[in-house]
Amino acid sequence: MSTRRSRSRQSGSARITDDQINELVSKLQQLLPEMHNRRSDKRSAAKVLQETCNYIRSLHREVDDLSERLSELLANTDTTQAALIRSLLTQ
Amino acid sequence: MTTTHPKNPTTHPKNPTTNPSSVIRTRFAVRFLHAMKKLNKKTPPSRRYHTIRAAACASMASAVGPRRAWSRAILRKIRARTLHDHLIHKSRNHRLITRRKSAGLRGNPRDQEEVGFRQEDDLRGLVPGGEGMGFCRLLSETAHYIKCLRAQVQVMTNILDHYSSS
Repeated sequence: MSTRRSRSRQSGSARITDDQINELVSKLQQLLPEMHNRRSDKRSAAKVLQETCNYIRSLHREVDDLSERLSELLANTDTTQAALIRSLLTQ
Repeated sequence: MTTTHPKNPTTHPKNPTTNPSSVIRTRFAVRFLHAMKKLNKKTPPSRRYHTIRAAACASMASAVGPRRAWSRAILRKIRARTLHDHLIHKSRNHRLITRRKSAGLRGNPRDQEEVGFRQEDDLRGLVPGGEGMGFCRLLSETAHYIKCLRAQVQVMTNILDHYSSS
C-alpha cells in the first residue's frame, strides 16, 4: 500500500509524462474561442497558455462589465426578486 | 439553460464538477440573486459595483464547492478576509493575518524542468490558488475555471436582460 501511494504521488507531481501534458493542453485549446476551430493544427503549448491567459482576462473583463451594468440598473429599478428567481429557474 | 453544453449531455458520475452542469449554474444564480437582494437593502450606491463583483466571484466559488482547488482558494480567501475584518474590528490584531498571508503565497515550486513557460506564471496569477499547484493540476483547474467563468457570464447576462426588459 505504501509503495502504491508513493508511486501515485510520483506520477502526480514529478513524473508527468508529455502525453499527459499534451492531453491537458489540447483540452484547454478546445476551450479557447480563437483556437478550437483549428484543432488539427498543432499549436505550441506556450502559445495555448498565452491564449488561455488572454481568454481568462477577457472573461474577467466581461464579468466586471456585467457587474457594472447590474449595479447601475439596480440603482434605478425597484425589482421583485421572487419573480425574477422563479423566471430564471424555470427557463 | 442546459442547451449551451450539447457536448456534455451527462455529467460524469464520479466527478460531477468536471463540467459546470446546470446544477452549478442554478446554484450560482440563486446565490448571486440572494446577494443582490441583500445588497439592495443596505449597500450604499458607491459600494454597489464592488459588492456585486465580489458577490459574483463568491457565489461561483460557493456554487462549485470545495471540490475544486480554485474554488477552495476563493472560499479560503473570503474566510480569511472575514476573519481579518473580525479581528481588526475586535482587537486590531494584525499579526496572525500577515503571517498567514505570507506563508500561503508561494507553494511548491514548479515540479518539472521541461515545461518552464513564461506564460505559466502568468496563468498562475489568473487562476485562483494557482500559485501552489503542480503544472498538470494547474491545467485541469484552468479548464474548469474557464467553463465556470463562461457560465457566470451567461447567467449574469440573463439576469441583466431580465432586469432590462422588465
